[in-house]
Amino acid sequence: MSLLALQRDVGTWLRDGSDAAAAAIGARYRPGLAVYLNNYRAQLAASLETTFALTKAWMGDAAFEEARVVHVDRVAPSGWTLDAYGRDFPMTLAALYPDYPEVAELAWTEWATSEAFVAPDRNVVDASSLGAVDWDRAVLRFSPTIRIAGVSTNVFDIWLALTEDRVPPAAQRFSEPQKLLVWRIGHSCRVRPMNAPESAALGQARSGETFAQLCDTLVASNGEEQGTALAGAILGQWIAEGLITDIADVAPPASR
Amino acid sequence: MTIVPFAGFGLGLRKPHYAAFLESRVDVDFVEAISENFMIDGGQPLDILRRVRASYPVALHGVSMSLGSADGLDPDYLERLRRLVDMIEPLFVSDHLSWSRIDRFNSHDLLPLPYTLEALDLVCANVDRAQMALGREMLIENPSSYLDFAGADMTEWQFLGELTRRTGCGLLLDVNNVFVSAANHGFDPITYLDGIPAPQVRQIHLAGHSRGEALLIDTHDQDVPVGVWDLYAYVMPRLGPVATMIERDDRIPPLAELLEELSVARQLGTSGLRSAA
Repeated sequence: MSLLALQRDVGTWLRDGSDAAAAAIGARYRPGLAVYLNNYRAQLAASLETTFALTKAWMGDAAFEEARVVHVDRVAPSGWTLDAYGRDFPMTLAALYPDYPEVAELAWTEWATSEAFVAPDRNVVDASSLGAVDWDRAVLRFSPTIRIAGVSTNVFDIWLALTEDRVPPAAQRFSEPQKLLVWRIGHSCRVRPMNAPESAALGQARSGETFAQLCDTLVASNGEEQGTALAGAILGQWIAEGLITDIADVAPPASR
Repeated sequence: MTIVPFAGFGLGLRKPHYAAFLESRVDVDFVEAISENFMIDGGQPLDILRRVRASYPVALHGVSMSLGSADGLDPDYLERLRRLVDMIEPLFVSDHLSWSRIDRFNSHDLLPLPYTLEALDLVCANVDRAQMALGREMLIENPSSYLDFAGADMTEWQFLGELTRRTGCGLLLDVNNVFVSAANHGFDPITYLDGIPAPQVRQIHLAGHSRGEALLIDTHDQDVPVGVWDLYAYVMPRLGPVATMIERDDRIPPLAELLEELSVARQLGTSGLRSAA
């Protein structure tokens, strides 16, 4: 048997643990194969438990264990780092618990914080450096740690209570979906909900439009006075929260 | 091989001990970090490693290069490791004589190779590629294993000898792995230690293991046992200057306990070197 064929057989054994897979490698190797299978499953279990500790606390040990077994059967690890293994776990939970969307949303929140925790570092813009900015030409650049997802429940309140070791509130569904924002400032991960105007503004700004265009949009939907005030408030909040890493000066699009 | 020897005694850099390494001078000559934990884009772990590196020599030890993969190495992995190596300028860069990944399936375990000529050619090619990508020679660690494939053309120590000869890599000798594999496969650990190319050994791992149903398991969750200390005392006079460290990955005790255990390594290692002189 070639080395490639042998390694494929061992891979099959680890994924399905079947008698047929073990027999393809050789019956005499069964005790050793059992050790490797146990190591494989234990590593994946430990990885999920570490990444999704709050989700486990919310679900309870037995339900989490069932979901973990389903996930290990459904998704084989492919990345070089075990830390990547949890990426699809929220989807597994969404499929297992369609009537309890807060479970998958809580898992997504934990996954997003784990990604933000090791995302690239950038210096953030300080309010004192804004004096020279030409706002008609300004394009905001955002932290690469930002993660955003739509949520349909009060998962933020649940997440916050669990991180503060408080009794979490009961899950509640929103009548309208909301957006949850995850990012990191310094070494600290932050999570908060966004209202619809801020969420739309952030999407527009991150797409590369100028701050002037963002103001125009807010003025169009809120009127001159309120729209301008809203743009200023949002910008102030983003700067204070360390979401903006640079303000680029770009030439406005040529007029026709 | 051009890897400069480093004589000293160190510990693995593990999360429960980060603060101690950052806030005080810990009595070690070097620390060893798990490469994959720091092959990241940014954030606190990388900052901690940079700060530790400012005070201690650091060895980088990998568990996911998968040098035995029949379908080659992962270029993304090599690129990220190279960035880390350039940033940390480690004493050594090491990984295992094993495989983890095939066809985009990654087992995240150190799986055994058959010690055949085919496997030797493949591992040599992969080590050559890795050393080229990293711009430096590596140390390759002997694995612990739980099965011993039939049809081998050579022993593990002969395999390692050929690997060092053909690629110029050095060796990271894990004495506990020798103990575990010897017990599991019925070979004499002294024959193993006499058979490895001693001049190529630059680093030593010491660790503990557990007893499974039928096999010893390399768990790194126990003190170094007497049998492993005995092998360490045997091999040290046969080696040149080496960096010895205690590898503890689970049930990690307070740092003071590990330092006490490391002092045993210092005693045995230093007296071993004296008796060899």
